[in-house]
Amino acid sequence: MALTKEQIAQRIARELKDGYYVNLGIGIPTLVANYIPAGIDVVLQSENGLLGMGPFPFEGEEDPDLINAGKQTITTVPGSAFFDSALSFGMIRAGKVDLTVLGAMEVSESGDIANWKIPGKMVKGMGGAMDLVASARNIIVAMVHSNPKGESKLLPACTLPLTGVKCVKKIVSDLAVLDVTPQGFRLLERAPGVSVEEIKSKTAGKLTVEGDIPEMKF
Amino acid sequence: MNKVVASADAAISDIKDGAVIMLGGFGLCGIPENCIAALVKKGIKQLTCISNNAGVDDFGIGLMLKQKQVKKMIASYVGENAEFERQLLSGELEVELIPQGTLATRCMAAGYGLPAIYTPAGVGTEVADGKEVRKFNGKEYLLEYAFEADYAIVKAWKGDTAGNLIYKETARNFNPMMATAGKVTIAEVEELVPAGELDPNGIHTPGIYVHRIFQGQQYEKRIEQRTIRKKA
Repeated sequence: MALTKEQIAQRIARELKDGYYVNLGIGIPTLVANYIPAGIDVVLQSENGLLGMGPFPFEGEEDPDLINAGKQTITTVPGSAFFDSALSFGMIRAGKVDLTVLGAMEVSESGDIANWKIPGKMVKGMGGAMDLVASARNIIVAMVHSNPKGESKLLPACTLPLTGVKCVKKIVSDLAVLDVTPQGFRLLERAPGVSVEEIKSKTAGKLTVEGDIPEMKF
Repeated sequence: MNKVVASADAAISDIKDGAVIMLGGFGLCGIPENCIAALVKKGIKQLTCISNNAGVDDFGIGLMLKQKQVKKMIASYVGENAEFERQLLSGELEVELIPQGTLATRCMAAGYGLPAIYTPAGVGTEVADGKEVRKFNGKEYLLEYAFEADYAIVKAWKGDTAGNLIYKETARNFNPMMATAGKVTIAEVEELVPAGELDPNGIHTPGIYVHRIFQGQQYEKRIEQRTIRKKA
């Protein structure tokens, strides 16, 4: 069975380490905050100007001046700090943010990512994604392995306009966990009940499979 | 030094067709609602707007787009506005999409007296087209120029008659660096107090950057994505 969005987020959350400052993108990455393992203390950065993002507010406690980068109403946790957009991207460029998790439409075997534009169809803009991928020390991509037509989104080279080059370190898709290495994608784990053969057939870019590939457990 | 003007109408009275205007805010959070309403009422056209987003169809900069007052939009993300998309695809509206950190830093550069900055955002992408690339310590960076804006219009939580500003929570966002970047900077605030009442230790934007200030009225503060959790 392919992973659900929640399971993708749950698996990514296992990559969090104590003391990390983390930026979570819009969509599946936002869900990672729901699965932070017990005993792991991380600080969530929202690039519109907050360190120490907390959960959604209780009904009636929404504050229009307090939102995240997805424009959702949020809360803060003890020890939080507000700052402006220049400082926010300053700390991102300076490598202070330990991990960035974001979505992608395509990733290439060399770690290029495309997630901001489909020419002629969708023009929403890159927001902070280009800044994040150009500077983050560690980037994990949350995505589905292939499009509804069954075509792979893990490619030899991206076909859509790029967001950044040679930056993705790890991918958690609905089918697998993969590293991006100088030799292309490397399969680390597979979704429960998903075979190595299926992952191979749905990965268009170069894929290395070494030894037994464990199933993810939830 | 008293920088107080009577109203949003007075604050924007000299803005003419073709002006380049920065507008603070992230989404609908921390946007200068009163000045936008005044610009819509005044009806000036051919504007170049620099703002992280373009509002929604019926609020924020979306109100100016609806009236076709905007010639060119410089932003990082415009996904919430159908009228924007229509004008863009039909060619009525010129759009320059730039990375959010680049947008912030080009504003900052203007206020810091720096003609340009180097940033890694966009290296190897279409954002880099035609731009100078320079390598520092083995990593490539793009040369990006400071913005030149005729006006910067910002929204703050509290301000004083000397133009000092304090922002609230994430409504700060682009407002401080835009405030430093306008040839003329207009600030609307929720609460305007006499000089001396704000703690100088807590000022986010020093009054030297602000030319006109007024207390705004009837803030709607619309929420774009109301997300809540249930009480256990």
